[in-house]
Amino acid sequence: MDVVELSRIQFASTTLFHFLFVPLSIGLAFIIAIMETMYVVKKDDKYKKMAKFWGHIFLINFAVGVVTGILQEFQFGMNWSEYSRFVGDVFGAPLAIEALLAFFMESTFLGLWIFGWDRLPKWVHALCIWLVSLGTIFSAFFILSANSFMQHPVGEVLQNGRLEMNDFLAIMTNGQLWVEFPHTVFGSFATGALFIVGISAIALLRKKHVAFYKGSFKIAIVVALISGIGIALSGHEQALYLVETQPMKMAASEGLWEDSADPAPWTVFANIDTEAKENSGELKIPYVLSFLSYGKFSGSVEGMNSLQERYTDLYGPGNYIPPVKTTFWSFRVMTVLGGAILALSVWGAYLYARKKLVNSKWYLRLMIVAISFPFIGNSAGWVMTEIGRQPWVVFGYMKTEDAVSAGVTAGEVLFSLITFSALYLILFAVMITLFVREIKKGPDHDIEETEPIADPFTKEGQHAFS
Amino acid sequence: MLSLNEFWFILVAVLFVGFFFLEGFDFGVGIASKFVAKDDLEKRAFINSIGPYWDANEVWLITAIGAMFAAFPNWYASMLSGFYLCFAFILFGLIGRGVAFEFRGKADHPTWRKTWDWVILIGSTIPPLVFGIMFTALIQGVPIDENMHMHAGISDVINVYTVLGGVTLTMLCVWHGLIFGTLRLMDTLRERCRRAAKNLLPINAILLVAFLGMTFFKTDMFSVHGNILEYLFMVGILVYIASGYFITRKRDGWAFLMSGLIMILLIASVFIGLFPRVMISSISEAYSLTVQSASSGDYSLKVITYISLALLPFVLGYQIWSYYVFRKRVDHKEHMEY
Repeated sequence: MDVVELSRIQFASTTLFHFLFVPLSIGLAFIIAIMETMYVVKKDDKYKKMAKFWGHIFLINFAVGVVTGILQEFQFGMNWSEYSRFVGDVFGAPLAIEALLAFFMESTFLGLWIFGWDRLPKWVHALCIWLVSLGTIFSAFFILSANSFMQHPVGEVLQNGRLEMNDFLAIMTNGQLWVEFPHTVFGSFATGALFIVGISAIALLRKKHVAFYKGSFKIAIVVALISGIGIALSGHEQALYLVETQPMKMAASEGLWEDSADPAPWTVFANIDTEAKENSGELKIPYVLSFLSYGKFSGSVEGMNSLQERYTDLYGPGNYIPPVKTTFWSFRVMTVLGGAILALSVWGAYLYARKKLVNSKWYLRLMIVAISFPFIGNSAGWVMTEIGRQPWVVFGYMKTEDAVSAGVTAGEVLFSLITFSALYLILFAVMITLFVREIKKGPDHDIEETEPIADPFTKEGQHAFS
Repeated sequence: MLSLNEFWFILVAVLFVGFFFLEGFDFGVGIASKFVAKDDLEKRAFINSIGPYWDANEVWLITAIGAMFAAFPNWYASMLSGFYLCFAFILFGLIGRGVAFEFRGKADHPTWRKTWDWVILIGSTIPPLVFGIMFTALIQGVPIDENMHMHAGISDVINVYTVLGGVTLTMLCVWHGLIFGTLRLMDTLRERCRRAAKNLLPINAILLVAFLGMTFFKTDMFSVHGNILEYLFMVGILVYIASGYFITRKRDGWAFLMSGLIMILLIASVFIGLFPRVMISSISEAYSLTVQSASSGDYSLKVITYISLALLPFVLGYQIWSYYVFRKRVDHKEHMEY
């Protein structure tokens, strides 16, 4: 394998791994902030217990999110130095602002939150977790503004052999950013919410701490419901925007080789042959693709073959079709799971309101499985977004194969890829173990990791009593 | 009048200096906890002494790298790709160490805790060691071609001089961390920290003198910026002597100020020595990256200048406040979070 391929594998795997933790952190911080606010307002210790219990899990997750995130900021320079040179003038600014605005805020106020339970007034302590939550959301905003630039460059001018910023406001108001950002944040809230719902479901099935987990369930299911609606609406907006700005990605995510009929039907599944550039065994629902693409029940959608011709005229000879199967299937996985999240949230809210939740065994069992839905959905969404943009790294300006570091050898990347992967696997295993431990300890076991009780028969023990 | 390029060079330098001043003692505490603490409770006291801060201190590095990327994309690109393996090792260290603090206290099992103690030790040693090696290689000059691509062989990065730089920086961190320990810990633990810091005085003096001596012969720093550097080194000698005086007299706050100043002077000298270059080419002076050739355009620099000037007061304000909130010493007989 050459250095480009290895670098791509490393970037994809480390980024996808990192993005398992990020949405959970964003979601949990927000929900814990709600819980602690209820504690401050209602003065009910039940909510403090909630904030603390889910807080432990949040902290374990946050730690892994932070350390895997450090890598991200270095990787652009380490593996994609030509990319960094070419877009650094535009792309560096949001990253620097993210560090200055978001990372400092998250880390400082999280430190205050963890260590400040007894040292800060209640409302100041609650404010700290809100600031952590705000920090995670700012972080999402600025990193997505950078990503949106790669999808749809704005506020830039090509001069001195690179892209230079000429309108910062345009970058902050990029249409792509304002469809991508709400979609990602709602997805993250849903990740946190379904996580709490699922863990609560396990406990409710075993009839453990019923009042506590029902309370947690209630808060989480409301967040899940609102997020589910938000995901669907912002996802639709994003599709409308996609057709305008990156029609090739849209066509690939539909496996659409030729221009579609008008009105365009939506392909549920298809057997795609990328060699022959045709599909077989398609199942189609009429009108739906027109609605997805234009918000109305008419309109034809451009296919990959005509786009390929158009792009060849525009950008010169080359293959402008992304990996179609990956784009097609990741899109389907994402949308199906997004729909499932919304449906399950509606169902859960209904059961709760009707006071049937604790006895709905099948629903609770299903919600344990559903913990995984947002994680898979988030990953599939990013796979579609990034793979669907290929061969471009910056749409219309730079191809991924030209972005890789000049001085780095394949051996070096292979070394770091193997070691990072090994390290990440260990981290993952440890984290899951700790999750299980914390959950087993339950809400009554406060963090108080007290010193091991002294054995009265040893010298040390005697010393402790004397 | 300061140009924006120069202003951002100074800002990147300040962020790195701040990183080593703050995270320097975190690294030191991480290393020292392995040797000075006698039992698990004492180890936890060490870790808790930096508990509320280490994460925010690490953000100084993230911000330094982010500022490099935004203001000097070519510096960022050449340095991170050129020192690829160095950065990979630094990342291993930072990743392991970051989770170790969080994970160690989560289970009460000797093997579990011992494992994380090792991770903390290794993870606290690698970053200062490798940064020291890298900064030294940077001022010594590395093979950079006319396209700003760096093609370093092993001997460009690892040689007697750079390793000396790495060891010196690491030992200074240990020393700085021990003195930090005298500020945040209690009773015998505090005494032991002070004693260890005192014992390190002659060792670190030898390392510093040897490193500065080699710097005189191995780099062009003194011919480029002779006056100011000589002046700084005079100040450095006085500060070092003062630190010894304060440690012996148990004036811990003053001693900490002095060890911090040594750290600041050392890292600042590296950046002063580099200026106006950001990376020195050993192939030809013409190929060196400078604050001009490596930088972003004027518009971009203006944007990040306004934004960072607006944000900095808040960022510094709440960080100082958090040190104020946790000004009490860590009492290992009380409840500890980590």
